[in-house]
Amino acid sequence: MSPNVPNLVYVVVIGVLFATGVTLLLERSLTRVLMGVILLGNGANLLLLTGGRAGGPPIVGTTAQEDMSDPLPQAMVLTAIVITLGMTAFLLALAYRSWHLNGHDEVQDDVEDRRIMELADRDEGPGTSDSDTVDAADGSPEARVLAAGEAEAVR
Amino acid sequence: MTWLVPLPVVMPLLGAALTLLLARRARAQRWVSIIVLTATVAVAAMLLVRSSLDGPLVVEVGGWAAPMGIVLVADQLAALMLVVSASVTLCVLVYSIGQGMADGNEETPLSVYHPTYLVLTAGVCNAFLSGDLFNLYVGFEILLVASYVLLTLGSTETRIRAGTTYVVVSLLSSLIFLVAIGLVYSATGTLNLAQLADRLDALPDDIRLVLQGMLLLAFGIKAAVFPLSAWLPDSYPTAPAPVTAVFAGLLTKVGVYAIIRTETLLFPGGRTADLLMVIAALTMVVGILGAVAQSDIKRLLSFTLVSHIGYMLFGVGLTTPLGLSAAIFYVVHHITIQTTLFLAAGLVERRGGSTALDRLGGLARLSPMLAVLFFVPALNLAGIPPFSGFLGKLGLVQAGVDDGGFLAWSLVAGGLLTSLLTLYAIARVWNLAFWRAPHADMPEPGDADRAARTDGAEQPHDGPAPAGAVLPRLMTVSTAALVVLGLALTVVAGPLFDISTDAADDLLRRAPYVEAVFPEGPP
Repeated sequence: MSPNVPNLVYVVVIGVLFATGVTLLLERSLTRVLMGVILLGNGANLLLLTGGRAGGPPIVGTTAQEDMSDPLPQAMVLTAIVITLGMTAFLLALAYRSWHLNGHDEVQDDVEDRRIMELADRDEGPGTSDSDTVDAADGSPEARVLAAGEAEAVR
Repeated sequence: MTWLVPLPVVMPLLGAALTLLLARRARAQRWVSIIVLTATVAVAAMLLVRSSLDGPLVVEVGGWAAPMGIVLVADQLAALMLVVSASVTLCVLVYSIGQGMADGNEETPLSVYHPTYLVLTAGVCNAFLSGDLFNLYVGFEILLVASYVLLTLGSTETRIRAGTTYVVVSLLSSLIFLVAIGLVYSATGTLNLAQLADRLDALPDDIRLVLQGMLLLAFGIKAAVFPLSAWLPDSYPTAPAPVTAVFAGLLTKVGVYAIIRTETLLFPGGRTADLLMVIAALTMVVGILGAVAQSDIKRLLSFTLVSHIGYMLFGVGLTTPLGLSAAIFYVVHHITIQTTLFLAAGLVERRGGSTALDRLGGLARLSPMLAVLFFVPALNLAGIPPFSGFLGKLGLVQAGVDDGGFLAWSLVAGGLLTSLLTLYAIARVWNLAFWRAPHADMPEPGDADRAARTDGAEQPHDGPAPAGAVLPRLMTVSTAALVVLGLALTVVAGPLFDISTDAADDLLRRAPYVEAVFPEGPP
């Protein structure tokens, strides 16, 4: 193993990709989540790439052996890219199907969470002593999540 | 005999291609799948025998020598996992064929089911056999992609909703795994597990801890360990019964297997053992409390699945030979039993028209056979003597008592509490669904068939099962076969425990694995 110091530009780019990717992943819309997954995937691929030594093309006869780049991470990145491609297609199909069925592609709450929220709305569930916060909910998913969060905090 | 090693991966993949070509011919598809999986069971059994007698079998894929090329390693642990998972997949396949034939979907678009199912099997086998971290990742991806398709079969609204959560969470765990692989490679310059075992030892402690933490995080999500388990009870119950059954049996156990490998081969010494034990306790208790609160059989079983993952982590966290061998025994037991219970739940759904406890009743009188098929694995899960669940828990408790530390004792207590609460949850299902008087509106056998005849309506091929259908023989027989397999685990518990003890010894010594891959020592 030769000493392997990654290029600073790479490191910054990977950091930015991860940060934006995570932000998008936390969105409700599946299309944005998908964008987040793609950015994260690219960040991970770059990270894999920086794991190997940089240098000339690793082909015998074109580069002296000690100047060659490390071919193994490149092979792995190729595999990872193919997997990300397939997953992107699948997620797109899921988002499309979700839009087809519901008219939107928002990631919905778990059945259990919705049941608890309904109980909270009807002022029957645990932690709904402060009914004002629950009544303030106007039924939109964000407001309901907020209301549930407050109910949780009150408890 | 090393030519046997790649077969559990290659055969299902070829079978998948063949069934895809035969997409229009349901009968041929069925036979191809059955033959391929039967052959996989046979090969896995031979691998287990050979690896027990001669030590780990190693194949360098494509003839490329070890640190450069990819190796497949069948040691006792891998072979044991292969045998159990292949047998379980075969039984579930027969069950799903029975379900498909009963619903009369000879010409439905579900021709993609068989190829995907075989790809899933190939991915599981690849993950068990892999001797290379990146190949392990590929194995995970193969099985996950297949599982995405199976989970969203028919793309109904609930399945799309559940599938979305499942896919995004799985993708995230795969990304964490990939990043961990990148970091491991830049730290050590290799991904071969045997070589890593050697090179990771030389790294500074803090770097090792980061790498170990990232790998555990990735595998923890896949294994549905407590703080990372919320996705499981939400997504599994929506899938068709056989799909839920095979997921419950295999997918989380692949994660557990990967955790065992990481903790023993790559990072021995148990630096995270305490963390694992705390997580194990939380997984057990929180999981089973979730199960107690459920009113639907499938969701309840999903929570018991999460809860019992804690037992396996308990054994791994103890890092003693007895603890590890009990954990391996428990994995084998749990794969079989949890799958059986989900198949039985599928039968309940067929007979009673629902798995909601408030809509079921009197099944013990209406269908005694079904009652037996549910009762035996249910008691087995709860750990009633003399079943294998009891023996596995006994081994774990014994190992915990031997350890004697505060954490170990709390885990013993947590384990016993969980066992008791499992019995409570299961007894609740039994009382409500099987023992109380039947509901007035409980469907009679054959109702659905008559309704279909009078309405001339088409049977939905994958929606809620037609209520009151007569239990198809193939489905009953395959569930019964798994129940018998579960009972057989009890009968052969002695030899099985010997195998798992051998496997645990080999894992803790590490040398057998490394020497099998690099006979002259790692380069």
